[in-house]
Amino acid sequence: MLRDSRMRQVIGACVTLGFAVGVFAIAFGVSSVSAGASVAQTCAMSLLVFTGASQFSAVSVIGSGGSAASAFGGAALLAARNGVYGLAMSRHLRGSLGTRLVAAQLTIDESTAMAVAQDDPEHRRAAFWVTGISVYVFWNTGTLIGALVGTAIDPRTYGLDAAIPAAFVGILFPLLRERVPRRAAFTGALVCLALIPFTAVGVPILCATVGVLFGIPEPAETVGSSEVVA
Amino acid sequence: MSWTFVFVLAGSAYFFKVLGLVVVGDRELPPVLSRCLALIPAALLAGIVVHDTFNGGRELVLDARALGVGAAALAAWRKVPLIGVIVIGAAVTAAVRALG
Repeated sequence: MLRDSRMRQVIGACVTLGFAVGVFAIAFGVSSVSAGASVAQTCAMSLLVFTGASQFSAVSVIGSGGSAASAFGGAALLAARNGVYGLAMSRHLRGSLGTRLVAAQLTIDESTAMAVAQDDPEHRRAAFWVTGISVYVFWNTGTLIGALVGTAIDPRTYGLDAAIPAAFVGILFPLLRERVPRRAAFTGALVCLALIPFTAVGVPILCATVGVLFGIPEPAETVGSSEVVA
Repeated sequence: MSWTFVFVLAGSAYFFKVLGLVVVGDRELPPVLSRCLALIPAALLAGIVVHDTFNGGRELVLDARALGVGAAALAAWRKVPLIGVIVIGAAVTAAVRALG
């Protein structure tokens, strides 16, 4: 399989992506311990939850004093998108129930994006598994490093409290190229800003999801299928 | 943060992954539902960004974070890779704080 040069390229790109995500995981580890989670809880989140945006949003709400319920609400809504990725991937990932249950844990932004970018079924499956496994390894290693470092420094001195919104800005920007997601995002941002002074911490973030109502009208022209974060 | 929170979040994250990949599988969702689900990241991430940038505990504040996140947005717009966007956001915030 490795004799195929295209396959080598695909695998190389997938492993590199995993490494980049690992560096990002250091930021998660630091943010999580500075929000009050222990090193063990921080590592357990990366091992078990294993979906970066949800983990970051949970830590952000708890860190700013929000209730567990509101932290959970936002994180669970973000985790729901992995269900949509699963729908997109299911026809490419045939196999035993056991294999599919393992594949499910690896169904995240990066593995789905790398897989759907390939043209043929064999490359697609390889891209999914190699990205999923390399992101899993690097994400958890990075989290541990960040959690250990985070307990030793004051995150504000290094601007690390801005690391979460900066990360989300980076993930958000590619989504804003199309009109409907752009409207959903601006509405979400405005609703959240307007509610911060009046509601409990975490609630404004949950209310930002009213932006999804822009998905109700039928699109005038055919837009590409589901949006994938690269 | 409690362990219950960690496990409940882990359970529901895995629930969604299995629901899509194993349970629903190839079956089609109603188009209106898929369109709305696809917009969750855009709406929710935008909400989190403004929250983490301007939230001062029940009031809106303008501080070093706004400049840091602004710089990160500029970097993202210039297509700087994600990790660069994060480093710029944190570094600008730290620099503004150190100078202020």
